[in-house]
Amino acid sequence: MVESLVVGRGLSKKFGDFTAVDNIDFDIHPGEAFGFLGPNGAGKSSTMRMIGAVSPPTSGRLSVLGMDPSTEGIKIRGRLGVVPQEDNLDRELSVYENLLTHGRYFHMKRAEIDVRIVDLLEFVQLTERLDDRVDLLSGGMKRRLIIARGLINQPELVILDEPTTGLDPQARHVVWDRLYQLKRDGVTLIITTHYMDEAEQLCDRLVVMDRGRIVAEGSPRELIERYSTRDVLEMRFAADQHRHAMPIIEEVAERTEDLPDRLMIYTHNADEVSAELARRGVHPVSTLIRRSTLEDVFLRLTGRQLIE
Amino acid sequence: MTTPRALLIVESEWRYYKRTWWSTVITTWLRPILFLLAMGVGLGTLIDRTADQALGGAGYLAFLAPGLMAASAMQTAITDSSWPVRTGIKWRKHFWAQISTPVTPDDILNGLMIWVFIRLVFVSTAFAVVIWAFGAAPLDRGLAAVPAAVLCGMAFASPMAFLAAWFKEDSTMIALFRFSLIPLFLFSGAFFPIDRLPDLLEPLALFSPVWHGVDLCRSITLGTPLALPLWVEVGYLLAVTVVGWWAAIRRLRKTLNL
Repeated sequence: MVESLVVGRGLSKKFGDFTAVDNIDFDIHPGEAFGFLGPNGAGKSSTMRMIGAVSPPTSGRLSVLGMDPSTEGIKIRGRLGVVPQEDNLDRELSVYENLLTHGRYFHMKRAEIDVRIVDLLEFVQLTERLDDRVDLLSGGMKRRLIIARGLINQPELVILDEPTTGLDPQARHVVWDRLYQLKRDGVTLIITTHYMDEAEQLCDRLVVMDRGRIVAEGSPRELIERYSTRDVLEMRFAADQHRHAMPIIEEVAERTEDLPDRLMIYTHNADEVSAELARRGVHPVSTLIRRSTLEDVFLRLTGRQLIE
Repeated sequence: MTTPRALLIVESEWRYYKRTWWSTVITTWLRPILFLLAMGVGLGTLIDRTADQALGGAGYLAFLAPGLMAASAMQTAITDSSWPVRTGIKWRKHFWAQISTPVTPDDILNGLMIWVFIRLVFVSTAFAVVIWAFGAAPLDRGLAAVPAAVLCGMAFASPMAFLAAWFKEDSTMIALFRFSLIPLFLFSGAFFPIDRLPDLLEPLALFSPVWHGVDLCRSITLGTPLALPLWVEVGYLLAVTVVGWWAAIRRLRKTLNL
């Protein structure tokens, strides 16, 4: 049994009457990429802030790198890397100055920081932008710079809160690629996201959060196997046409989800079901056949979609 | 020995200042010159014609200059402590980046106060040079008043840092500037002695740190007697500074370590 880097037991966070995090348990192991998947407001960021030793838990036990955040926060933060959701770079300062300033907070020497900056900018592919003001960088570049900033102290554990929110697809892939590289280098990653594709791509293990609670836990593959079928048919019908077809559909499907704009049909063999429905006179306007994703897991667990 | 973390904040304020210093040139140099020209030289010639013993016998320019020195320290302190706290939390958001490192809210506030202190020393020294150039006070007396002006500034810096961390909206702070700090500036005793205020308002001025700062600076440059014992005036400014500092740290912890 490997010793966990982060352990949460019965962890809760309340703001007045509002319970943001409600009695959650989790274990994060060295070297893994661990995800907190859930919609906005599920309590992911509050959990990240507690792990980041900047927000004291209301109740429960939390251990980060073997230490208690409420008494050894300074030591913990010295060994953590934090990539916040919000862009809090200093726009008026250059790329170099942003990294230097941050490095100094870890009591790193200037010479040491200078060496580190060269490596980091190469890592996030911003070497040419060293002296540019942050103002001049694109959204994707800023995100990469924030990641570089979070790595300045060579952390063994990096917390990334919604690392690709607001980025275009190409910029997202560049970020993912860099995070893979970090994982290969043995850095433990904690990632929050409300993108199921991001969670599937990056996370070895994840928990699904909803309304402050953990509703499922496992690897993306396990979760899909446990909570969904192999295949999904997404059918669109002309206005309310499917009401008549529902009895037939429910007969052949494992499970269905009736969404406002489409009907999801869960099955282990999409081709067979599709042929069977056609034979029995069910004719949707369109049919899309795909594999189950974490989105389906979330829908199954909560009855809602991740991105509403 | 490792550098105290508060000094790392001072270091980063300095790094930021190097990029934005030009915006403070006007307030540091031009504001005193303009005020002294308009009020001291312009208005002063009219006032001196009806020469009034209320000004302590000196010319209006010599009366005004030390008062403006204290009032100007107050203004620098207010802008340099309130906006950085406001933007640190809400706009530049650099406080959030800072607390993700070993830096704590206490370090941020302490560092900021040290930085404001440094700025006040610089601005007040510049002021002493300007009033010397205007012939309103000898250079040595002007420089001797710098500590009094700085102390007066600090008594505004820490309470303002507290308010800036406490207010939810920027508009609240702007309203505060408009409706209380400008009167504070005008009726601080810098422009005319407070015994000219309506009797009801006079005791109020005594609670204003800037009045004590003005009184201290003026007694140093003009040699006029202090209105209250020295220990009361200095003690009051120190007490306001310390209480404000304590409140600001508590408030910042609450805001950042939510």
